[in-house]
Amino acid sequence: MTVALTAAEVAAKKDNLWGFTIPITALFGAILGILAGQAAGLGILTGLVAGLVMGAVIAFVLCRFLPRRTGRWAAIIGFAVLGFIFGQLGGALAGAICGAVLGWCAYWLHSGDYRAGVPPYATTRQVLWHNSFLFICGFIFFFLIAPIIIIIPLSFNAQDFFTFTPEMLALKAEGFSTKHYEDFFTNQDWLRPMRNSLIIAPFATVISVTLGTLAAIGLSQSHVPFRQTIMAILISPMIVPLIISATGMFFFYSKMGLWMEDTLGISKSLSGYIKVILAHAALGIPFVIITVTATLVGFDKSLTRAAANMGANPVTTFFKVQMPLILPGVISGGLFAFITSFDEVVVVLFVGAAAQKTLPWQMFTGLREQISPTILAVATILVIVSILLLTTVELLRRRSERLRGMSPG
Amino acid sequence: MKLTKTLMATTALSMTSVTAFADGHMASEMTIVSWGGAYSASQQAAYHDPYAEMTGVTIINDESSAEAVAKLRAMNEAGNVTWDVVDVVASDAIRLCDEGLALEIDADEQLAPGDDGSTASEDFGDLLVSDCFIPQIVYSTTAGYRTDLVGDTPPTSICAMFDLEAYPGMRSLERRPINNMEWALLCDGVAKEDVYDVLETDEGQAQAFAKLDTIKDNVVWWSAGADTPQLLADGEVVMGTTYNGRLFALIEEQKQPVAMLWDAQVFDLDGWIIPAGLSPEREARALDYVRFATDTQRLADQAKYISYGPARASSAPLVGQHATLGIDMAQHMPTDPENAKNTFLYNYEWWADYRDDLDAKFQAWLAQ
Repeated sequence: MTVALTAAEVAAKKDNLWGFTIPITALFGAILGILAGQAAGLGILTGLVAGLVMGAVIAFVLCRFLPRRTGRWAAIIGFAVLGFIFGQLGGALAGAICGAVLGWCAYWLHSGDYRAGVPPYATTRQVLWHNSFLFICGFIFFFLIAPIIIIIPLSFNAQDFFTFTPEMLALKAEGFSTKHYEDFFTNQDWLRPMRNSLIIAPFATVISVTLGTLAAIGLSQSHVPFRQTIMAILISPMIVPLIISATGMFFFYSKMGLWMEDTLGISKSLSGYIKVILAHAALGIPFVIITVTATLVGFDKSLTRAAANMGANPVTTFFKVQMPLILPGVISGGLFAFITSFDEVVVVLFVGAAAQKTLPWQMFTGLREQISPTILAVATILVIVSILLLTTVELLRRRSERLRGMSPG
Repeated sequence: MKLTKTLMATTALSMTSVTAFADGHMASEMTIVSWGGAYSASQQAAYHDPYAEMTGVTIINDESSAEAVAKLRAMNEAGNVTWDVVDVVASDAIRLCDEGLALEIDADEQLAPGDDGSTASEDFGDLLVSDCFIPQIVYSTTAGYRTDLVGDTPPTSICAMFDLEAYPGMRSLERRPINNMEWALLCDGVAKEDVYDVLETDEGQAQAFAKLDTIKDNVVWWSAGADTPQLLADGEVVMGTTYNGRLFALIEEQKQPVAMLWDAQVFDLDGWIIPAGLSPEREARALDYVRFATDTQRLADQAKYISYGPARASSAPLVGQHATLGIDMAQHMPTDPENAKNTFLYNYEWWADYRDDLDAKFQAWLAQ
């Protein structure tokens, strides 16, 4: 059925190349042309016209004369050569990408593949919506990820500025260097904040997870009075603007720091860490409460009664029965708490002293006083660490689910 | 007899140890607040390292000078001042001194005399703008331009900033009225000595804003000293203002195609204050540090690392070569006669009176 329909359509479109494939490919070409024109400094209009013409030519030539596989490779190689003439190696790479996109686009439109995702009886408007939807999704994904991706090549800049130099764009070796990474790993100005962050975040996480989990379990009991109110108060650090919490915490912890130093005789440096850790724990608790409460919704209360029935005391019940079942919620809450503390700059600026300077604080001052690509190198490292951390947690979660037979495969 | 001897020996020993560790009554750790970046690095090399080596004190660097006034106010209210010595610009020092947040200093008593025999107050001269302020460097806010983007006739006057015909393209100016208002009037035909008189009137302010209006669409407004160097390196602006030390680093260390436009540079001062309300040990330590760090030789040493002029007259002859580049630093100082042919004096008292008002007007004008 599908084959027959699309075959008929393809036949119709072969004659009607001008009415559909060529204009739309030309449109894609124009969009790429604008970007290329901007990058090459030719101006938007020149890029637009050039892109329009090239898109049309590509669509016509490929669909008329070349089979699919050959045609796509021809487009890639053709544009790469064109790019190389204008912008050497970097231009060639950009050209190859443009060629791949336009070549794919021309055949995709021409062969009727754009109907592949919808049932054969869908109307034109439904097909249009289906594809627009995919494009919108693609764009959202692009806008979320592009700002993060862009810093990675910049962090290998041989210069001390946030600039894509001509050497970098041409992909020449002298445009790149790892000196900003060396700076990060050898400079005490970066290593000390890194160490502070690695001290503060885990302690804050442990406190948040412990208190947050207990609070969530307590609040899920139906006999606790004023549950809504208590919940609202505990969640408030997440809702109140950070700068307000930070100002309040500054005065609270200043007094507390004095008390710790004078009455308890704790050293200034240790009391500084305690202050920041407690402040960060308060910020992390709401995340733990929310995720653990969500997992507790799916928790079968009769299990605890069954455990009690078999003679287990509440503590044993918690650790042997309840905890393993709500563990995914606890872990993801802990992860959020960790990242909150690790990324936090406002509260630590207020509560911490210079001895407790964390990585985000150093990045913040670095960005303000000295725009150094070392910040980008640090950001790249942090992005990679975050990706590894999330991947590990996800893999562990799947593994434990598989072991417990909760999900097939 | 023997016992007496031992006792005497012990007493003598403890006496010597008291004199040897005369700074036993000073704190062994101090937090010094400064601006960060290359400036902090120059202080580290010229002051902190030698002082730490000499006394064994641990120095912690805090880079919070930009919000020093607000933070000191908050610390004072909370009764927990965690800073020992703070690097601030002169106008902030005046504000902090007026609010009683900074310690008053008797220059001749508490600062080192000059190497040439002059007293501290003679040596610093007019730069002692406040009772609490211990001057350290003279810096200037001045302009730099891209040598490859200005054609065959490089600019020689600050008025090039307002000349879109001869020098088309974007320029970067600081996001505040100070300096910009004065330059606008200077380039609108107001004589240098009349600038503040004109700026006092509503018409004068309107005149300055009208001049700034002519380039408003071509201005990138900066708020951090690192912005203009980045914009110049990118070629996003043709010319822009920033602190002269930043331009020095951009030109001599980063080798960017940029040149200085010293014309109508505005001098400003930067120096130390000691917060009020420190414990006696910490205050003694802070005073000891400041006395060391602002002596003739130390101020001259800082100029080895950054192109800011030492605040003491007696330091000027001692300014030598850059520590790593090996170039003569004297000619890169804002105070060098060749660079200081046409300078503009920033009027502290005037701005102290008019700042709040003009800040509000400037922000409103920006938002228009």
